[in-house]
This record gives sequence, structure tokens and C-alpha cells, in this order.
Amino acid sequence: MPKANQKNWKLVLDGEVIARSISRITYEILEKDRDLSRLAVVGIRTAGEVLGRRICDRIAEIENVRIPFGVIDITLYRDDLSMSRAQPTLKGTELPFAVTGARIVLVDDVLFTGRTIRAALDAIIDFGRPARVELAVLVDRGHRELPIRADYVGKNLPSEKHQALRVRLKELGADEDGVYLVQSAKEVNK
Amino acid sequence: MKHLLGIEGLSRDEFYLLLDNSREMVEISRRDIKKVPALRGKTVINMFFEASTRTRSSFEIAGKRLSADVVNVSATGSSVTKGETLLDTARTLSAMAPDVLVVRHSASGAPAFLARYLPDTAVVNAGDGLHEHPTQALLDCLTLSEHFSARSQGIEGLRLAIVGDVLHSRVARSNIWAHLLLGNEVRLVGPPTFLPPELKEAFGADSSQCRGRLEVYYDLKSGIAGADVVMCLRLQLERQSQHFVPSLEEYSREYGVSEKLLARYAPNCVVLHPGPVNRGIEVSSEVLDGPRSLVSKQVSNGVAVRMAVLFLLATGKDTGETTIA
Repeated sequence: MPKANQKNWKLVLDGEVIARSISRITYEILEKDRDLSRLAVVGIRTAGEVLGRRICDRIAEIENVRIPFGVIDITLYRDDLSMSRAQPTLKGTELPFAVTGARIVLVDDVLFTGRTIRAALDAIIDFGRPARVELAVLVDRGHRELPIRADYVGKNLPSEKHQALRVRLKELGADEDGVYLVQSAKEVNK
Repeated sequence: MKHLLGIEGLSRDEFYLLLDNSREMVEISRRDIKKVPALRGKTVINMFFEASTRTRSSFEIAGKRLSADVVNVSATGSSVTKGETLLDTARTLSAMAPDVLVVRHSASGAPAFLARYLPDTAVVNAGDGLHEHPTQALLDCLTLSEHFSARSQGIEGLRLAIVGDVLHSRVARSNIWAHLLLGNEVRLVGPPTFLPPELKEAFGADSSQCRGRLEVYYDLKSGIAGADVVMCLRLQLERQSQHFVPSLEEYSREYGVSEKLLARYAPNCVVLHPGPVNRGIEVSSEVLDGPRSLVSKQVSNGVAVRMAVLFLLATGKDTGETTIA
């Protein structure tokens, strides 16, 4: 696990900004449709799961209702399975609510090429026909390779393609929440 | 991981990777749409030179649930009956560029032989002679890990009694390797004709590297005493088993697993059987249909395990370092 204060790692979003972004996204979700009866939040493993849970917790604080929460593992839906080197580990999909007819807010940490979202949409649709699917991301860094956009964005961070973004969250073992910009793409995998 | 030829030689990490992925595959079979696109465009050939219902159909279903194209070849009605050699058959099939070849053969080592000659194809052993049946051991372990999910060590630290014709059982062999890898106590129970003295040595049970314990019991009661798991083996009447026992009646009297015995000597145990069962010979119907029996779970877990195996072998480029012997 790389240290957050590593050289070449530049803090671009600190914990406070992340918390405010989550809060604002939550209010936007609630404003868009006041009917919460069909709302469900789905996080994409692993960081999206954490952020999705935080959104659910915020909704519970504001509205005093528990919104159904699910997680999806997109490994089986990836389009680059035969290109990757590592042997993939599955973490499982759990959607403990009726997908058909639901308003689903899909949550991920970084929106980049859009391929993860494409896979996640396929995974959701295998469980039923949602009324609508919206997308919430903490960071949109551009460089889309598919016609996909986010409905709720924490922060737009235009970046170079060779750069990498690293999201560190307390629930995943980090000391502090933070989003870091890493100069060379190689650094990320170290 | 390039091939899956046996449990022998798997590392703990590889074993747990297969087991953990299997656990996640279980969920797919519970969905309304029991299909994911993971192996779209991949081809799986099932080459079965021996009769099989559950293994072959579960490999076929597993491949289809992952969206692979599955082709079944059986020995009867194919070029094998016309005298083609195993290697020629395999080369012919290999020329059609399958990604995975699933092989069952009556000769021990046939899958390993094919793996050596077919460089571009992942080979899965679906049972070879008296050697191994690795996916059966994996599905047995998956079934046990579901049953013992409340235990903090999972399926480690268990006492397992394997009762019956160990000598001729590839299922027993794969399970022995699996449970020794997990550090479990494995007891082999049966008449001496099924338990030759070389067995312990063959599994390296006395070496310092062996994590588990392997013991031989000729008496059923002391063998199953205090067991967490009793695995009944099939008496292979179509093969040679019956020549190793005086009569089926006598075998059943001495080594047949009954509820009365289990209630007394291993009251908390669960029972596994790889099937097909000879009811009333190696195990009574009361046990088989009773609450301790995990047999039907074994069958449904077979699909999940085979999905995990096909998925791991057909995806992820092999670096050549983790080849499984």
C-alpha cells in the first residue's frame, strides 16, 4: 500500500471537500425526485461501495429513511478480461431489492473511460428492468471512450491521460480521505 | 494458472482463489437471468471418454452460464471408436482453437499428457483413471465451507473420515490432497484391501512439509469417532471394487454408514457422497435423505465450481509461472 505522502502524489481533494461533495450529491439526488419509495443506491466495488454507503447514510440523516443499498462486482462484465494479466478475484454482486421499476443511483469513485459504467449497466440489467439509472461519481477526469456521462459529479478534474488518480478512503484502510494525482501511470501499481 | 490437472501441487493461495471465486459464482445460478458475459467468444470442448452425467452436464451448464460456446464430444459415436489415438483426437480438436479442453479419461495422466502436447489450450481434468478429480474436491470443499461458514477457521482444522474404496477412488485422492493442504485430519476407513500400506507414503503424510494428518482405520466405528465430516465413497461395482470384498452383504455390514452408527460415534457430522450412490451398500437411505446429508448441495455447487475453474483458466494471461502440475 503506497503512502499518501509519497513523492509525485499531489493531493487534489482533501477529506473536507470529499465530505461536502457527498453531501451536495445527496441533496441533488433528493431534489431530483421527491418520491423515495423506489430509490436505491448501488455502489461499484470497491471504492464506489464505500461512497454509496456514505450517500445512503446521508439520506438516512436527512430524510430518516433507509434506502435499499446494493453492490456490484463488474469483473464478469469487463471487456478487457482476455487482455489483463492477473487472475481475477471475484467479490460478488448483491442487489437486495427489486431492480425492475427501481430508480437506481449508481455510484463510483472516478469516471474515466466509461467502460466500468458500461459493464455495471449490463450487470444491473441482468437483474431486471430499472425505471431509470443515474450515475454519481466523486471525480470526473474526462477521456471518455464511450457515450456516458454522470448525473452527479463531486469534482471535475481535467487530467492528462498518462496521469492517474488515486482515491484513498478511511473505510479502505487509509488514515485520511483524499484524492491524489499521480504523475506517471506506473506509480499507481507500485 | 494454466491448467487444472489435480489438487496435488496447488498452493494454498491458488486453492483459495478457486474456492473464493466459486463462492461468488453460486449467486449467478440464483438469478432470474443465469448468464454473465464473462467468457463470450471463448470455446470450451468437453471431451468425455467415460460415462458421466453430473460432471459433464455441470461443465456444460457452467460454460453456458459464462456465455462460452460449449461443444460436447463423447467417445462413443466419435472418431475414437474408429481407432484414432488420444493424441490425434486432441490435435484435431485443438486445430479448432478451443480455449479450454475439459477431459475425462479412464487412463490416469491422460489430461496431463494432453496438456503437454497442446500448448495453446487450457486443460481441465474432469476425472482421470485412479488419479484425480480436482473439481469434485473443490465442490466438496465449497459445500463444506458453506456448512461451516460460522466457524472462524472455515474448513481448516476439521476431522474428515473417508469411508470405502479409497484405492480406486480419484475423488478420495483429490480430497486427500485438498484436506492435507488445509491442514485437516484425514482418516481413511475401509477394509485392508482398499487401504494398502503405501497410501500414507504416497501422500507424503509423514514428511515435515505436510500440513495435515493422514491416518488409516480398518474399523468403521473408531474411524468415524468424533468426525466433523464423513465422506462415503461409491463402491464401483462396474469396475473392480467387488473383487476386493468377500461379498456386498458382508461389506455393507462392516462398512455401511448408518444413522445409528453416526448418531453414536459422530453425532454432529455431515455426510458427503460424490455419487452415483449404491443405496444400502456404502450408505443407508436414512443417512442419504436425512438432515446430515449435503449430497444435493454438492450437486448444485458443482456448477459454481466449474464456472470458477473455466473463468480462471480462460481469462487472465498465463505468465508461465503458476502452472499447476
